[in-house]
Amino acid sequence: VTSATRGRTGSGPSSDVAPTPAAGVGRALARPARGGGGRRAGSVRTGLEVALFVGPALVLFAVFVVWPVVRAVQFSFYRWKGFGPLVDFVGLQNYVSVLGNDVFRDAFGHNVFIVVLSIVVQLPLGLAIALLLNRKMRGQGSLRTIIFVPYVLSEVIAGVVWLQLLQPRYGVVDSLLGAVGLSGPEQGWLGTPDLALWALLGVLTWKYLGLAVLLFLAGLQGVPDELVEAAQLDGASWWQVQRRITVPLLGPTIRTWAFLSMIGSIQQFDMVWILTGGGPANATTTMATFLVTEGTKRYNYGIATAASVILFVVALVAAITYQLLVLRRDVGEADAGARRGVV
Amino acid sequence: MTRTRVARALALGASLAVLAACGTGSASTDGDTDGGDASTITWWHNSNTDPGKAYYDEVAQQFEDDNPGVTVEVSAMQHEDMLTKLDAAFQGGDVPDVYMERGGGELADHVEAGLTKDLTELAADEIETLGGSVAGWQVDGATYALPFSVGVVGFWYNTALFEQAGITETPTTVEELLSTADTLKQAGIEPISVGAGDKWPAAHYWYYLALRQCPQEVLEDAVQTLDFSDECFLRAGQDLETIVDAQPFNQGFLATAAQTGPTSASGLLATGKVAMEMQGHWEPGVMQGLTEDGTGLGDDLAWFPFPAVDGGEGDQTAALGGGDAWAVSQDAPDAAVDFVKYLLSDEVQQGFAERDMGLPTNPAASGSVKDPALAGLLEVRDDAPYVQLYFDTAFGQSVGGAMNDEIALLFAGSTTPEAIVEKTQQAADAEG
Repeated sequence: VTSATRGRTGSGPSSDVAPTPAAGVGRALARPARGGGGRRAGSVRTGLEVALFVGPALVLFAVFVVWPVVRAVQFSFYRWKGFGPLVDFVGLQNYVSVLGNDVFRDAFGHNVFIVVLSIVVQLPLGLAIALLLNRKMRGQGSLRTIIFVPYVLSEVIAGVVWLQLLQPRYGVVDSLLGAVGLSGPEQGWLGTPDLALWALLGVLTWKYLGLAVLLFLAGLQGVPDELVEAAQLDGASWWQVQRRITVPLLGPTIRTWAFLSMIGSIQQFDMVWILTGGGPANATTTMATFLVTEGTKRYNYGIATAASVILFVVALVAAITYQLLVLRRDVGEADAGARRGVV
Repeated sequence: MTRTRVARALALGASLAVLAACGTGSASTDGDTDGGDASTITWWHNSNTDPGKAYYDEVAQQFEDDNPGVTVEVSAMQHEDMLTKLDAAFQGGDVPDVYMERGGGELADHVEAGLTKDLTELAADEIETLGGSVAGWQVDGATYALPFSVGVVGFWYNTALFEQAGITETPTTVEELLSTADTLKQAGIEPISVGAGDKWPAAHYWYYLALRQCPQEVLEDAVQTLDFSDECFLRAGQDLETIVDAQPFNQGFLATAAQTGPTSASGLLATGKVAMEMQGHWEPGVMQGLTEDGTGLGDDLAWFPFPAVDGGEGDQTAALGGGDAWAVSQDAPDAAVDFVKYLLSDEVQQGFAERDMGLPTNPAASGSVKDPALAGLLEVRDDAPYVQLYFDTAFGQSVGGAMNDEIALLFAGSTTPEAIVEKTQQAADAEG
């Protein structure tokens, strides 16, 4: 029974997905043909080249991105343990139970918390550090490196290091506090439900501040010296120059960084998984940890895929909304025509 | 235009070929599970360190010598790796011929999906020898796997720290346990470590209290029907609340891991930071891996069973435990069944016990366990009127996971005994 079902589901979508490259070829062929009528042989050759170069990429995309997404949506309509045939069709029930689940709703709240506070904390901090590091001073290069090191570190390694640092009583943080006569929280930073999310946010800030600083520094290189000089000639103070010229010109960089930060926060998994596993008392679960727990720990693959589809939709809606409301100005300034083509 | 079509056909063909290749990968569910050869057996086990690894290679070799023409392909894996690979194997349908089953709801799911062979008739003699131990691996009266190691959970403690606090007798009731904890605290020693961060070590407390509060019939009934309406489950939660309120646990226990690293619950016991920990029979081995000299607590380690609950309606000497069993996949060759029988023979089980690889289930091997702490544990297991399989395993990960979650919340003081029963029942009802 198993092999028959799999065989059938396996062959079905292939006919849906496969034509995509072919259709792409057709469109690509049409374009040069319209321009020069007498160069048919050349256009076919171009078409073949396009098929040859684009085909494999499209096939890979179809097999490793489109196909899994289609399968995930399919799984989300079944009660399924991860093995055996897909037979127990439950319709939208998995979605109902995910959306009705307190833990998932809390997880969504935690994601929003991380999204908002990551930006609120890292934006001013990153901007301040970038502006400082942009001034000519001794040790500028090594300071930049130090700020950027945490970002280069693997998230898992950073997580394990902080897990040890934040251990109650025997961890470095509590030992240092103890040395100056203070004491950490009774249950530890990661073990106290009210503090765990803040501790997580602290570690995430430490980890990702470097990226913000790096991007802002890169953006600062694009601020023309002439403008700064002109302002200085007009008698503007350093502070005024930053406020009136540098920061506004940094706008596009900041908006792009905020977008990256937001998407990263919505999908946050690694750091939570290592530091707290979603605990204590579900105080730090995110949508991603929820779906992994339901799937690989409890074998409720139907529920897990329903949660993953919801996570996908949330990320998609957030991304599109942000594109439309915020990024549109940047893209619009750069190339209004191209944007119409994209959006 | 002809060439355009050729181009299209090429692209289409290429994509179809890739998809077809993927298709066959997952579609080969039944054909070649025996490796295309009826005399080759694939065997996955988790004894990936010596002496276990060498011993199992020896056992496989012996079986090959005794059965000419049969080849045993042995894969020794680290435990977590093996579980991940097994999950993938079940999903792909390409299950090894002989593999480990933990029993309970997980096994029931595999049986329902037609992945595991019914051994009731094929290994009738061995099943009789093993007696009550096989209960955890039976589904609707049929036996699907033969347990080779079954252990029980109890308190591991540091005799040196007990002595330092002036404690001479191990507690026999929960009240005594709490007063022992108080004595330790007064001596400046943290009494008990618990890896509530991983949830299941915390859940074991509730399981044991349910064992003390609920008569065996009620528990058997609950495993069968997933009905938790009996009052005794509520009382187990109330008893647990009493224990948590007395604060006998290590600082930061809510975020403490079970057995990874020196700051885990096992690590704290192994390094003399706490006096006791409630854990399974594998604890000495885990602790050896967590100390620099590789000895754990050495001679300072001892064991006592979970204490009795005054007025509990359950059996006060029943034990909570679980173990590992050899199962045969549905499409495995006949030789695989013979191999599993051989693994449970007096000879192999004695060798298994002599190397302290676990707690043998074949009574003929009971005398071969050398480690005194393990031998004492074996005695408790064999004297217990019954050994209840860990609830999360027995009920399956879905119900068990919801149960463990809520119990861990009780440790955090953010839920009630009523809610544990309620959430468990909800998850059970969702199973349908």
